[in-house]
Amino acid sequence: MLLLVGAIPIKGLPLSLGTISLAEQGVTVNGRVLDIDRGTAAMITVVCTICLEFGLEPPKGLIAGDIGTRDGSRKIYEYLAEHLSELDVSVLTFHYIMPDIKRNKKVLEKISTLEKKPILIADAGSMYVAKAGGDAAFYDVFTPDLGESAYLADDKAAHPTYTRGFIFHLEDDVPELIRRAYESNNAARTMFVKGAVDYICHDGEIVEKISEPNIEALEPIGGTGDMITGMISGLIYAGKSPVEACRIAGRVNRRAGELSQPTPATQVKDIIKFIPAALKQVLE
Amino acid sequence: MNWLKKKKKEAASKTEAVTRGLLIFADTSTLMHAEQVLKEENYDIRVVSPPPEYRTGCDLSLEFPLVEAPGITRMLKEIGLAPIDVLPVSGNGFKPLQLFKSKDFGRYLMVRAANMKITLDKTTKRIVNISGGGCPDIPYLAREMVGKLLSEAPEPAMIGFSLCAYSLNMAYEEMIRMTGDE
Repeated sequence: MLLLVGAIPIKGLPLSLGTISLAEQGVTVNGRVLDIDRGTAAMITVVCTICLEFGLEPPKGLIAGDIGTRDGSRKIYEYLAEHLSELDVSVLTFHYIMPDIKRNKKVLEKISTLEKKPILIADAGSMYVAKAGGDAAFYDVFTPDLGESAYLADDKAAHPTYTRGFIFHLEDDVPELIRRAYESNNAARTMFVKGAVDYICHDGEIVEKISEPNIEALEPIGGTGDMITGMISGLIYAGKSPVEACRIAGRVNRRAGELSQPTPATQVKDIIKFIPAALKQVLE
Repeated sequence: MNWLKKKKKEAASKTEAVTRGLLIFADTSTLMHAEQVLKEENYDIRVVSPPPEYRTGCDLSLEFPLVEAPGITRMLKEIGLAPIDVLPVSGNGFKPLQLFKSKDFGRYLMVRAANMKITLDKTTKRIVNISGGGCPDIPYLAREMVGKLLSEAPEPAMIGFSLCAYSLNMAYEEMIRMTGDE
């Protein structure tokens, strides 16, 4: 099973575990329709799209409402810490969630007890808490943007907001940020570093750079990073290695961006719809 | 909200040499409200990371002159923003990143603070995108702010809860400063 985990910005939305499917109005988990503009909902929409393209069974979602008040995030952590062993999960993607180091460690402890460790992918708050707790190396894939790469590179920072200025200024030297992140054990085994140039890294080495087509207008658009995380998750579930999944996702993301002819005002749902066409072109 | 004018900057500066303390809050939202109130009252405060035993991975604390603890805590209590703890300063608190990067796309201007970006249509003065961040209030904030005039959108500090919201608020304030659009 491919399990996608994350908070949804709806106050009071109860914890829900269920099949994800695409609907005309957005995406549904257990029949509940979610707006796909950004965040966890955008990510799971993309995963569903990839699963459909590869003829895979749809992913499952574990979601709960949280607008930053921690309530939904706590329910997600606690559910995973208690019930993960009852689910047959082969790929597990963690996404938007309020960082909570102690609760996340309990989830990781539970994963350690599983007979077969799922492939672990983390982005957003889930990546922040993994690094803040010193657990980054336990994960298989991280998908940081430049600001988040600076955070991973700063061994003292417990959140991107605390990244020290001299490291923030290293963003023009992405290989140095990557080196620092791996050196301090604050990187996952495979990383997709999103930026004007995308860097794919594995075991501390940069294995590929993707820079074309260069669509500058994608940078301000909220949710494009969620697209990449979703594609990587779906492609790994389809049997690609993490590095191969990153290679394909980086190209599809840029191609879908190009097809959508975006401006900085474009919304991510208007790019997501080009993923099937972009995927076909890239795989050809 | 400048309803208590007793504390002036000059008075605060006299306390520079005394031991400083930390105000620990239950959540970042309360802290952001308290920060705004204390700044308006000219208290000499700064936002720093809390000591490790209070850290969850997304939190802040307020450093202040310890000598002012009674007045500050009483005032915060009166307005429903009481801290959960008051500690002597640990000396190892990190300050939130106060650096900005901006990018001009012609009609659009993007401002970034730490991991958060906000983009404005310079012609219509409407917020067209919010990007970055990983805490669950960011998609919520984006829904509340995108499409609205910069001058009318809710402040992230007032409706957000997380450190990502804190960074977004810095980007939002920088955008206001750059465009002069309050």
